[in-house]
Amino acid sequence: MNVHSFTAVARAVAWRQLHNFVTSPPLLLPSIIFPLFFLLAFGGGLSSVGDVPGFNFPSGYTAFQFVWSLLQTAAFGGVFTGFSIAMDYESGFARRLMLAAPNRVGIVAGYAIAGLVRAIITGAVLFTVALVSGMNVDGNGIHLAGLIALALVLNLAATLFGTGVALRIRSMQAGPLMQTPVFLALFLVPVWVPLELLTGWIKSVASVNPITAILGAGRGFISGQPSGTALAFAVAAALVAVFGLWALTGLRRAEQAG
Amino acid sequence: MNKALVIQLGYLARRSFLRTLRQPATIIPSLLFPMLLLAVNAGGLDSVTNLPGFPADSYLQFAFAIPFIQGTLFAAIAAGTDLALDIETGFINRLSLTPTRPAAILLGQLAGTVALAILQGTVFVLVGLMVGIQIEAGILGAVMLVLMMALISLGFGGIGALLALRTGSGEAVQGIFPLLFVGLFLSSLNLPRDLIETDWFRTVATLNPLSYMIEGLRSLIITGWDAQALGTGLAVAFALVIIGLSLSAAALRQRIART
Repeated sequence: MNVHSFTAVARAVAWRQLHNFVTSPPLLLPSIIFPLFFLLAFGGGLSSVGDVPGFNFPSGYTAFQFVWSLLQTAAFGGVFTGFSIAMDYESGFARRLMLAAPNRVGIVAGYAIAGLVRAIITGAVLFTVALVSGMNVDGNGIHLAGLIALALVLNLAATLFGTGVALRIRSMQAGPLMQTPVFLALFLVPVWVPLELLTGWIKSVASVNPITAILGAGRGFISGQPSGTALAFAVAAALVAVFGLWALTGLRRAEQAG
Repeated sequence: MNKALVIQLGYLARRSFLRTLRQPATIIPSLLFPMLLLAVNAGGLDSVTNLPGFPADSYLQFAFAIPFIQGTLFAAIAAGTDLALDIETGFINRLSLTPTRPAAILLGQLAGTVALAILQGTVFVLVGLMVGIQIEAGILGAVMLVLMMALISLGFGGIGALLALRTGSGEAVQGIFPLLFVGLFLSSLNLPRDLIETDWFRTVATLNPLSYMIEGLRSLIITGWDAQALGTGLAVAFALVIIGLSLSAAALRQRIART
């Protein structure tokens, strides 16, 4: 692989994506407003859930909900990157890009870099609002770095998943196929209460959902009591590996389709 | 209402109704998503019933009003999108050259919305009964649930029509509607207002008209015939219908005058 052509393509694609993101209010505002809304609606509206017997999260309900909102932001940032690729195919830009790029893996890398920077921007806004609204953070700097790293790895996995779908369908009709699985994976976890307080079928599903491990470790980080960290990073890395393969095989399909 | 208006209304209502029925992409998500959200909420928040003062023994029973109110938003999106499509394809322009009354255009269009709401409400009641929901207001209460859902759908349908007539774009209607979902979550959707601890959230929920419609629907399920909750809910729903229809009728007059 020619490293120079790879980095040149990745940088150009990432720059274009990020330029579009920060200069286009219809793209920028929903990415920021929706996670804030979830944090306010769940953290504020359901704060008395923290009083339920058996709910023992030391940093309070806002911090408990913040971790889910941060992971939701990260994952949906990846999905929105998939939307951008699908839109680029509809406009014909992606096909011209495939012809022009000397290294097509660089295209996928460029979209992934843009997705990560988007997640950092939206995550920073979410963090700031949560802190201003009085969220307790009991974890130290290392714990927070762990939480941020988990969110970014999840963002990368979601970006690669969305990229794989977009490169296969090459149309905005792929939107529900990107959005729905991520939406379900994010809601079929202990969103509002810890896993032990879930009941019925959702407890069974949440127990085997890989996002549950990531969410649990993230909550451990923010409360300064990390647990299940190795498992969470292993799960996140496995998701990146699987969806990385998915994205690269999608790229091959797109190349064959012309 | 004169005979010509009734005939015009009948034709346009039939068209709207059939168009709605012929769109599985509209009907299926509007039935599935509210049920899915109910299932997730009920499983995830069942432990909330242990809070002192919680008004139901099962969160599923408490949350059963959610699909009804959420379904009305789906119906309204469908109404707005269909009308916007009629504007984009020039159907409304052509219709405005005929003697068709504006009232028939608007109400005919909204007939499909109301039909979809009745279908949704009936399915929700049947699914609820199958999973063990007990509607405390009985069979008449179940009928009232569906009728109130149809009324709220008519009101939100009016808002959807207003957005369609103002923007003339289905994409714009779909883009604006997430705001209504935001409004839905900033209400007493997930907890009774007196159990919301966060002061600003409780104030917003108290000022939010959606809270009263949800509480009206919920009262039929968990309390029975509660005149205050139901009466307030119905009053807010009627106000929504009047505001939605008046504003959309004015917008339609303006659009027809422009063409």
